[in-house]
Amino acid sequence: MKDMMPDDISGEYQEHMFNYHDGTQRKALFTNIETQLPEGSLIVSRTDLRGIITDVNQSFIDMSAYHKDELIGQPHYILRHPDMPAAAFGDLWKTVQQRNKWYGYVKNLRKDGGFYWVYATVIANVRNGDITGFTSVRRKTSRTKINEAETYYQTL
Amino acid sequence: MTHNFTVSPDFNPGHISGWYIFNTWLQRAINEEIHLELYNSAKEQRKAIADDQVELIYANPYDATALVRDKGFIPVARADNKADEAIIAVNHESPILNVEQLTDGTRISSTDDPDVRMMCMIMLEPAGLNKSNTITIQRDAYILIAKDLLKNDADIGFFLEETYNELSDITKKQLRPIVHSQIHVIHHLLLVGPKLAHKKNDMQSSLLSMADDSKGAGVLKSLNFERWVAVEQEEAEFMIDLMDTLAE
Ligand SMILES: Cc1cc2nc3c(=O)[nH]c(=O)nc-3n(C[C@H](O)[C@H](O)[C@H](O)COP(=O)(O)O)c2cc1C
Repeated sequence: MKDMMPDDISGEYQEHMFNYHDGTQRKALFTNIETQLPEGSLIVSRTDLRGIITDVNQSFIDMSAYHKDELIGQPHYILRHPDMPAAAFGDLWKTVQQRNKWYGYVKNLRKDGGFYWVYATVIANVRNGDITGFTSVRRKTSRTKINEAETYYQTL
Repeated sequence: MTHNFTVSPDFNPGHISGWYIFNTWLQRAINEEIHLELYNSAKEQRKAIADDQVELIYANPYDATALVRDKGFIPVARADNKADEAIIAVNHESPILNVEQLTDGTRISSTDDPDVRMMCMIMLEPAGLNKSNTITIQRDAYILIAKDLLKNDADIGFFLEETYNELSDITKKQLRPIVHSQIHVIHHLLLVGPKLAHKKNDMQSSLLSMADDSKGAGVLKSLNFERWVAVEQEEAEFMIDLMDTLAE
């Protein structure tokens, strides 16, 4: 995946080098600017078995600040924020591969370097007994829950 | 053999005659005897489904989940340009302007329609509200929810957006929505059960061309539908996955 570009970033930023699970690397640029999820909106995406994005809804596009064609076909870690511990996603993958529902609080990185918090659920799509992909729905949560998650993730 | 048809009880009572007219039209279109049975509550309807008394249903997304996954129903069609969205409203004089101003002990007036309840409870989460710190007053009809708000017997009311929009202007003037869901991909579905599944293709093609003749167009009008669009298995499965991620 291409490094994030300073031209796309609004505000002062820091750098972080990601080493993703598939062996690839990317330089991420991130700011302290938070975007609020609008009340009532749900962010939906689907992936294939490897976590490559196959479908997103308009709320997903709006919150991520990417264009749709920059998202489809990309790994879902395009949204990974440096403050998110790897352990949270390890648990996600283990849970959904066992066909259980995963839920948790996630801080996501926007194309402009900003971030947004969501409460996310992920499930396996089971068709005729086989897992064919995964669906995730994210929604707005309370400030109290975000503060709790933030504190907890710092300990991981 | 007569087949039983029913409609999720969350539709506007003003459309009851529309569903009877639709049923008459459908029987002719597919040449089957169909009996329309309308239940008063989601609970009564769920019992009829559990007892295998329903073979054709216009189902809300929540019930569609169990019908497709557990009872082998298959999707036929949905109304075009009609997504299931929910609204939370207050009395227009209420000081509450948005969800985050709501506090513990909030009194909710709601029907037992499971999809609307689920969407609305999700929209309360940013205020830290849930089943355990709110009080629910359960009503049988959306008009009673509006009344609870007008009389200040409840702080907020849960509505299916379509039903809210169809309240009288006088009622709506005294209410104010504080949040609308924006889900876009959740719909009521027309589903057929295993015993009538052999008619699915006939039914689908009749429904899709319904807007093209004047009789069919009149029936659609009485349901307040623009037209039917086909729903294939994967679209229904996708919606069901989505409902699954949202269910507790
Ligand atoms: C359906 C689905 C949705 C996901 N959504 C996100 C997301 O919103 N943000 C994110 O950082 N990771 C998300 N992930 C997890 C990523 O696939 C990946 O595991 C994570 O970003 C960590 O990447 P890494 O282990 O390669 O570093 C999602 C995974 C699935 C299956």
